[in-house]
Amino acid sequence: MATRMISGEAHPYMAISPPGVVDEMLAEIGLDDLEQLFEQIPEEHRLSRPIALPPVIRAEAALRRHLTEILGRNATCAENLSFLGGGCWQHYVPAVCDEIVSRSEFLTPVWGTPASDFGRNQAWFEYASQLGELVDMDFVGLPVYTWGCAAGNAARMAARLTGRDQLLVPAAIDPERLAVIRNYCAPPELRDHVEVIPVDYDPATGRLDLADLREKLGERTAAVYLENPSYLGIVEAEAQEIAALARAAGAETIAGVDPISLGVLAPPGAWGADIVVGTTQPLGVHMHCGGGAGGFIATRDEERYAREYPTLQVSICDTIEPGERTFGVILFEQTSYGARENGKDWTGNSVYLWAIANAVYMALMGPQGFREIGRAILQRSHHAARRLDEIPGVSVRFGEGFFKELVVDFAGTGRSVAQIDEALRERGIFGGKDLSTSHPELGQSALYCVTEAHSRADVDRLVTALEEVTR
Amino acid sequence: MTALRRYHAAVWDEPLVMELGRPGSRGLEIPSVEPELEAEVGDPDALVAPTMLRESPPDLPELSEPEVLRHYLHLSQETLGMMGVSLFGTCTMKYNPRVNESVAKQYVAELHPHQSEETLQGILEVVSRLEEALCELSGMDRFVFQPGGGADAAYLHACITRAYHAERGELAQRTEIVTSIQAHPCNAATAATAGFDVITLPLEENGYPSLAALEAVVSERTASLVINNPDDMGIYNPDIARWVEVVHAAGGLCFYDHANFNGVMGKIRAAELGFDACMFMLHKTFGAPKAGGGPAVGAYGCTETLAPFLPGPVVSFDGERYRLTEAEAPSVGRVREFLGNVPELVKAYAWVRAMGGEGIDRASDLSVLANNYMEKRLLEIRGVSKSHPHLTQKRLEMTRYSLEELARDTGVTAVDVQNRMVDFGVDAFWLSHEPWLVPEPFTPEAGEMWSKDDIDYWIAVLAQVVEEAYTERETVKRAPHRQVVHQLDPTGLDDPERWATTWRAYRRKRGVATG
Repeated sequence: MATRMISGEAHPYMAISPPGVVDEMLAEIGLDDLEQLFEQIPEEHRLSRPIALPPVIRAEAALRRHLTEILGRNATCAENLSFLGGGCWQHYVPAVCDEIVSRSEFLTPVWGTPASDFGRNQAWFEYASQLGELVDMDFVGLPVYTWGCAAGNAARMAARLTGRDQLLVPAAIDPERLAVIRNYCAPPELRDHVEVIPVDYDPATGRLDLADLREKLGERTAAVYLENPSYLGIVEAEAQEIAALARAAGAETIAGVDPISLGVLAPPGAWGADIVVGTTQPLGVHMHCGGGAGGFIATRDEERYAREYPTLQVSICDTIEPGERTFGVILFEQTSYGARENGKDWTGNSVYLWAIANAVYMALMGPQGFREIGRAILQRSHHAARRLDEIPGVSVRFGEGFFKELVVDFAGTGRSVAQIDEALRERGIFGGKDLSTSHPELGQSALYCVTEAHSRADVDRLVTALEEVTR
Repeated sequence: MTALRRYHAAVWDEPLVMELGRPGSRGLEIPSVEPELEAEVGDPDALVAPTMLRESPPDLPELSEPEVLRHYLHLSQETLGMMGVSLFGTCTMKYNPRVNESVAKQYVAELHPHQSEETLQGILEVVSRLEEALCELSGMDRFVFQPGGGADAAYLHACITRAYHAERGELAQRTEIVTSIQAHPCNAATAATAGFDVITLPLEENGYPSLAALEAVVSERTASLVINNPDDMGIYNPDIARWVEVVHAAGGLCFYDHANFNGVMGKIRAAELGFDACMFMLHKTFGAPKAGGGPAVGAYGCTETLAPFLPGPVVSFDGERYRLTEAEAPSVGRVREFLGNVPELVKAYAWVRAMGGEGIDRASDLSVLANNYMEKRLLEIRGVSKSHPHLTQKRLEMTRYSLEELARDTGVTAVDVQNRMVDFGVDAFWLSHEPWLVPEPFTPEAGEMWSKDDIDYWIAVLAQVVEEAYTERETVKRAPHRQVVHQLDPTGLDDPERWATTWRAYRRKRGVATG
């Protein structure tokens, strides 16, 4: 190995890089060549050829220009009128949420001590506390990666709690979320296998088919996983009955919810859910091309549930000073950090920064804000449905009684969703998510999302465009 | 002699947000529904089944916007959060360029993951260019970015291992994953979650498990080896290429957990050592922020052999346009919804460009240099020793130390020392993953970000705390003294009668009035 010179200039990101400093440190440890530091690595392990990366861009101004030239080729939901949803939704993100998650104290660090992490731990506790109010549960873990991951963890919790090996899921579920859940349920060749069994939905109402549920519920059922609203936007009017059926069969009820609906929709704790999961993205986090996703797990504060959590969670606790509060991580020993392969699933980096955005959002909204946003979404989405349904050849499936998302069927137009989407894009509109592949039983249908951000004029614009492109 | 700062944390005595505000206050207005729309649609309560309406409003705080802002600003100030010096080992604390934050926010925040690919050409190009760079650094053929952290990438490997052996009809037979006691706990935990039995090799004389120990456990049951190198003690296993041959000969896969890439980047390539797959943490090694624990990315790379099993959608370039292709059988499907934590990909790509190949190589030189400089100085402090002291070769980017002697002499533990160091504006050091192989462990990692003055300050603080341990023990035992609050009383943390992860549970258990 050739001796490498102590070369290189100071780099803006590397405070240790000035050449004089390097000499000083080498001298302190009695070396004269950086290469001597790598004596542990056998010669034959070293690179077969040098690293060849694109040229370095040293100046920040040049880097910004390079990045923005490339990224400028995107078309965004801010510049276009978007009706995309399907688990990642365009809700308004208050500026205060952005301000707080940009704070360096929250953005850049990892872990410290309970005292020096006090503010962050309190923010996390406030996340859990406020989310617990929304879902009507009093034990809430720190977030996991996504909704699907939370549902996967919940399924595993239920399997351990019941000693059973089947999970019933709604057939209408987001295929991506289902694929995640399937990966959390080991295949039959391996131990801890959980069989995932879809339960049909009623083709007229879109709601879970109770007859099919009764047929599939049995003594192997660990849990019934029910989403409200469903992936197709439907409010499950019989949620209470479904949870009661699950309970009677000795199974847990896992609820999957969109927390932004819970100012108007009944909280899952009230209709009999045992384990509640869902996404945190609607609560003050941008879509970030899917990078805004986050998942949560909540239950009643009962030891049997608490002892199955895979997550870290913070609790209020005491300091050694009488009367003083602080926050500490509880149930660490059951996590993978504490117990390796004997822990409950695993945990690691998650989306803890978003938990802070969520806390800020819930505090800004308060009970009034959640009620108003829920009501506005109900009104705006139903208004859009009625307008769309009037377009010749276009119909809205499943009638009314949905939240935020609606299935728009284009069968009568003689055009595919893909064709319609392309024509809409030329008019600056992103149509709803194409369901024709994921839900073939719905034919040429798309899932349209209407939030508080969509004005009446936006819907007018969509209707006009659809009338043009389907004519 | 480095002067110690007269640091004191901000103390705001900040109430919980649930204790703040007044009924009727509000922090955000929702765009009001247009009167015509209101008239057309009517009462929203009538639009859904009455049984599914919420009966009583959630008990959330009611505050104005400036009150919410100030509350969370106070909480940020009550977080030390790398404002001083943080040498948190195994996490490679490095600078997170703010230009990347700004660009990612401006250009990615309002993208939806299900937009058509023609509207995502910019971001797909960034993803594709990042993939090329990571392939060059690792020798792998493909990279995907769906996993939401390093542990999630380890889980993806376990899923791919299942799919690979299932395709060959051998999954029922290949039920074991082999790792070492010095591998990150997530490697063992994700393997177990995926349904595998875990075989953990202990360390031997040289600081790593012997080749013979590996040979003794590898068999037709072996599904995969999952291993880091160097480990968290800075020890490099020189037999690793031979290990890979042994596992391959038995039909198993080999996964390189590159959590400690800072010690070897620009020096080795995982694929050239024979590995089938590897993982980089973009929030650790590639300049994206930790964010207190994510959003993060465990970039998973593999050879062509494993490419068919990767989760979708995968990004490709046909010479004209970037494409998003849904993965089909035998793909594992998804380990997470959507494309991954996309803003972090922009930040990692930007970091690669700002560093360049030479800069990345140099960053590992400087990280290892800084660690060895620290090691020399730390071992001069009374009560401090290092693991495997008989091994004289230079450690890579980390060294595992022990405060066993200090604890024996004074009763002051590594956790006590952490609690006192934060009084000087120094974030806690990392101790060790479980299990603790050396008593009272601690593991600082200098990395390439910090200046020599920062490192000297950190060393001076540790020396001061050790001095206090010998001369005024109670100062350390009762630390911190200049922090937001006093030391945590850990009793009751795992007591169901006392724990409270929500304010609602706390009020119930402690009898605090609703208010």
